[in-house]
Amino acid sequence: MGEFITNLLNNTIPIELYLAVTTIVFFVGVYGFLSRKNMIMVLISIELMLNAADINFAVFNRYLYPGQLEGFYFTLFAIAIAAAEAAIAIAIIINIYRKVHTIYVDEDVSKMKY
Amino acid sequence: MDLSNYLLMKHELSLIVVFLILMIYDLFASDKAKKYFFPIACTLFLIHTVLGFFFHDSSTAFGGMFVAGPAQALVKNILNVGLFLVFLQAKTWLASEESIIKRGEFFMLTLLTLFGMYLMISSGNFLLFYIGLETASLPIAALVAFDKHRYESAEAGLKFIFNAIFSSAVMIFGISFVYGACGTLYFADLGSSISSTPLTIMAMILVLSGLFFKISLVPFHAWAPDTYQGAPTNVTFYLSTISKGAAVFALIVLLYTVFPVLFPTWQGILWILSLVTITVGNLFALRQKNMKRFLAFSSISQAGYILLSIYSGTAQGMAASVFYIFVYIFSNAAVFGVITAIENKSGKINMDDYNGLYKTNPKLSIVMMIAMFSLAGMPPTAGFFSKMFVFTAAMQSLSTASIILVVIAFVNTVISLYYYLLVVKAMFVTPSNQPIEPFQTEGYLKTSVLLSLFGILLIGLISFFYQQISLASFGL
Repeated sequence: MGEFITNLLNNTIPIELYLAVTTIVFFVGVYGFLSRKNMIMVLISIELMLNAADINFAVFNRYLYPGQLEGFYFTLFAIAIAAAEAAIAIAIIINIYRKVHTIYVDEDVSKMKY
Repeated sequence: MDLSNYLLMKHELSLIVVFLILMIYDLFASDKAKKYFFPIACTLFLIHTVLGFFFHDSSTAFGGMFVAGPAQALVKNILNVGLFLVFLQAKTWLASEESIIKRGEFFMLTLLTLFGMYLMISSGNFLLFYIGLETASLPIAALVAFDKHRYESAEAGLKFIFNAIFSSAVMIFGISFVYGACGTLYFADLGSSISSTPLTIMAMILVLSGLFFKISLVPFHAWAPDTYQGAPTNVTFYLSTISKGAAVFALIVLLYTVFPVLFPTWQGILWILSLVTITVGNLFALRQKNMKRFLAFSSISQAGYILLSIYSGTAQGMAASVFYIFVYIFSNAAVFGVITAIENKSGKINMDDYNGLYKTNPKLSIVMMIAMFSLAGMPPTAGFFSKMFVFTAAMQSLSTASIILVVIAFVNTVISLYYYLLVVKAMFVTPSNQPIEPFQTEGYLKTSVLLSLFGILLIGLISFFYQQISLASFGL
């Protein structure tokens, strides 16, 4: 604990704090994905999960393997892919909105069951 | 810069050429010239498929990023053959009034997903693997939501895209921990540097569960029935065979090259998952009335059998699973061919509508019966041999666990025979007041159904196919 506080005072944030943040963000995303009814909010929750993974990559690269760039590159690609995912998801959401005039995942958008 | 690396990507290059030709043709051809779009697309893809059999490279390109080997080439060829069958079956649907304007897009999207699957199959690095996986799954969402005028299609697309993004998020969270634990993303380095610590086990479980979503194993299967039911029938066929086959091979590559050190852990995971998948898939299939939904649950339980063969972690298991996918593509092609024919003609998709089909359309009924026998694993068809190889592979290590697993899988084969025979009973036994009218199947569809029928009857009996697959598998 003493070392932890000295590190904080010396302005070097320990890696554990970053990992705690990413884990919390990831599970906030999972919770949102499971509980939200608004499709846009579901999409935002998934983006949170993707961002948690991105931060993880950057942190591991920066702290554990400072000589490499692999983690940073993975982050860049993951951001681009996340944008593509959001684009397709929103296109489909718009299509649903035109059909049933709602973007809530309720009875209206669950005709196929069991 | 050394461009000779690209020569190892012959499958990919050939596919890109087909893709570009079709795209330019679709964009710039006049309406009159576009009349020949479908035959030309099929011919070009057939040429690509045939050429694929002559590409035998085995080396790595781009510093180990891309791996070309006999097993990879073989799986790509199998996927090509399957996609060719999909194209042949899509003729009538694409020529319909709603979708004729989007006909080019169907080919673009499917070819792109196939390209993604190629990358996923022959990747040697998690970055390329992830990009391939996303390229393979995102356009499929657009394909599932392809019928814009139909509400079910949009709902299916929504369910698919949310699950696909969620699973890929879980997966890259896992990949980030793999990177944190080992400091590299190359499969070759990871295989030697990974060690069995809680961190790597957690990372492995996250990565694998991302893939399990794609293969639709049971705790991760909830999207599959809805998506399969709502998607256009040809896209359902594509999803249930080709997309699943590519994901299974990617899973094998990951398990065998990246996580061999964690073998005891993932063996336990596969044991439970394959057992649950086979059982739950079968039990839910019993009560389905919609044919596409029924086949969705059937394909979930088939995925369990594929997993069963990987369970032993040997090259024989890999050969058995690739052979299983190969046979499964042909069996499903025949089933979906018949369903497509009937849906195109009458728009009917429920099992009750098939009552009395034998009286009016005897040929289609017989094809359907043989395909159902193959899916269930009855002896003269290829399905029997693929199931036999799977069980043999799973029984390689004669432990109590594997014996229990195989016995339960056997019992499930009997259950599955019951519900596959329900369809046969509806066609041959149950009388109907309004049977489907006799009709002539359209030419391309007929070709596809005949090809798959030959596949079902011959692949099992001619040992050449299994030998080739088995030879290639030992090269991984």
